[in-house]
Amino acid sequence: MTALTFTLKAELEQRIDVSPLTPDRLADKSASEIGAELLQYGNRQIRADELFSIEGQGSDRLIFRGSRKLDYIGKGMSQGEIRVEGDAGSYLGMHLKGGRIIVSGNVDAYAACEMKKGEILIRGNAGDFLGAALPGNKKGMAGGVVIVKGNVGDRVGDHLRRGAILIEGNAGNYLGSRMTAGTIAVLGEVGAHLGYAMNRGTVLLARTPASIPATFNDCGTHTLGFIPLLLKGFQGLETRFSEMSDTLKRVRRYAGDMCGLGKGEILIAV
Amino acid sequence: MNINGVQIDATFAEAFPMRATRVIITAQNLKWAYHAAQAMTGFATSVIACGCEAGIERELDPSETPDGRPGISALIFAMGGKTLAKQVETRAGQCVLTSPTSALFAGIHEGDKIPLGKNLRFFGDGFQISKRINGKRYWRVPVMDGEFLCEDTTCTVKAVGGGNFLILAESQPQALAACEAAIEAMKKIPNVIMPFPGGVVRSGSKVGSKYKALSASTNDAFCPTLKGQTRTDLSPEIESVMEIVIDGLTDDDIKKAMRVGIEAACSLGAENGIRRISAGNYGGKLGPFLFHLQEIMA
Repeated sequence: MTALTFTLKAELEQRIDVSPLTPDRLADKSASEIGAELLQYGNRQIRADELFSIEGQGSDRLIFRGSRKLDYIGKGMSQGEIRVEGDAGSYLGMHLKGGRIIVSGNVDAYAACEMKKGEILIRGNAGDFLGAALPGNKKGMAGGVVIVKGNVGDRVGDHLRRGAILIEGNAGNYLGSRMTAGTIAVLGEVGAHLGYAMNRGTVLLARTPASIPATFNDCGTHTLGFIPLLLKGFQGLETRFSEMSDTLKRVRRYAGDMCGLGKGEILIAV
Repeated sequence: MNINGVQIDATFAEAFPMRATRVIITAQNLKWAYHAAQAMTGFATSVIACGCEAGIERELDPSETPDGRPGISALIFAMGGKTLAKQVETRAGQCVLTSPTSALFAGIHEGDKIPLGKNLRFFGDGFQISKRINGKRYWRVPVMDGEFLCEDTTCTVKAVGGGNFLILAESQPQALAACEAAIEAMKKIPNVIMPFPGGVVRSGSKVGSKYKALSASTNDAFCPTLKGQTRTDLSPEIESVMEIVIDGLTDDDIKKAMRVGIEAACSLGAENGIRRISAGNYGGKLGPFLFHLQEIMA
């Protein structure tokens, strides 16, 4: 059975909220009912089949032929799979409760925000506030795994509570700011103000950053048993971190942010 | 029934239901995993006075352990879930948490959950760190040699305790040699432990005693020095009797262990002084599991 595929008929003029198009919400709907789904398009609502040519069957696997103006892809979804061929807009996988989202291109801000469970794989870059809390909220991503093959923007993991964000490229400023718990791992460079106001949680870095914030205290170099266990936990996922369980064991540990609770940690591979 | 000149009695071993869990102990090397595992399964020969019965199941290759280090799997049995939970927690805290380089993981993931590191984490005095990996919670407790890594919970399952057989021989060294051969073979069977020292018990008991305070006392019918003094079960040539007690996760596991154990003992044969294989039972009154020796060896 071919996946249910949404291909844009024309270039979008406005941003569009595609949150009604998830495996959960399309389950048991006929082709005509799917085509009649109303989507918020700028300041008006529009039928899905006016914007997309819809092909394929079933609702377990969806494909979007992407655009940077497709927002809220997979919002609140709890099962199934969504593939985005190309780029995606903001709020990708927001409130995700299960299933899998794979994006071949780049995504905009607030991807995986307040996500609870499931897996998001972004083969390109991700914008600011990846896995964060929505503005004004205090609970960010609370479970699941987000893998970004490229670079990420600022404030990634803001208010992160649980789960893992694995970044294979570089990260922007304020990585892991206000983290409550969870894990962020980065293979590339990180920006300024790392772990700003971090309470608990772990930021694992493969490279030594240009500077460690003054509010993080050096706890020395250690071989920590949980790191191989953590990295082995990513086996089966498409991430280079899963291959590092035999090599990444020894780290330099910095505890902070001492301006706050101070029970977070930055671990730097040595 | 007769195997290699050894008589297999037409009797049965009587076993009873227990609760059990498996834990995995890892360390920097096998030597230190053994230190922790031996401490944790120490003083755990019989529920009568130890609270639980425990033993080392087998060594684990680094590829089989959660953290990729050498490890030991141990089984712990108790008469009920609450007792088991208390024993596991106490032993984990005093024997594994304290042992250098150790880490402790659940070895059974389905069944009723009991705490493993759930409460031990408080030893970390607020510096403990929780990590949820693949749906399982682990605790990183800071200790003087680094960190003690411990899974939050382990699971308990229904199990069977008290499977046994007796080896009757012409001399004490011959009885012990047969027991050693049996234990060596039985150690290869998964899901079972032989909780007594070296897997062998020389002080088999009967129910009751002439002393009111005691619920069990020496099995005088199998004591060779009492052959002329009590109603004995021993023929004149028997000079020593030893017992192997088996706890297993299922009655099938116990049957497999009994079979290979009895086979190994019988392989020494009558020419090495092994004369009879018998079993301990209480007339079928103690437990619902009856292991008939001749059926097992058929």
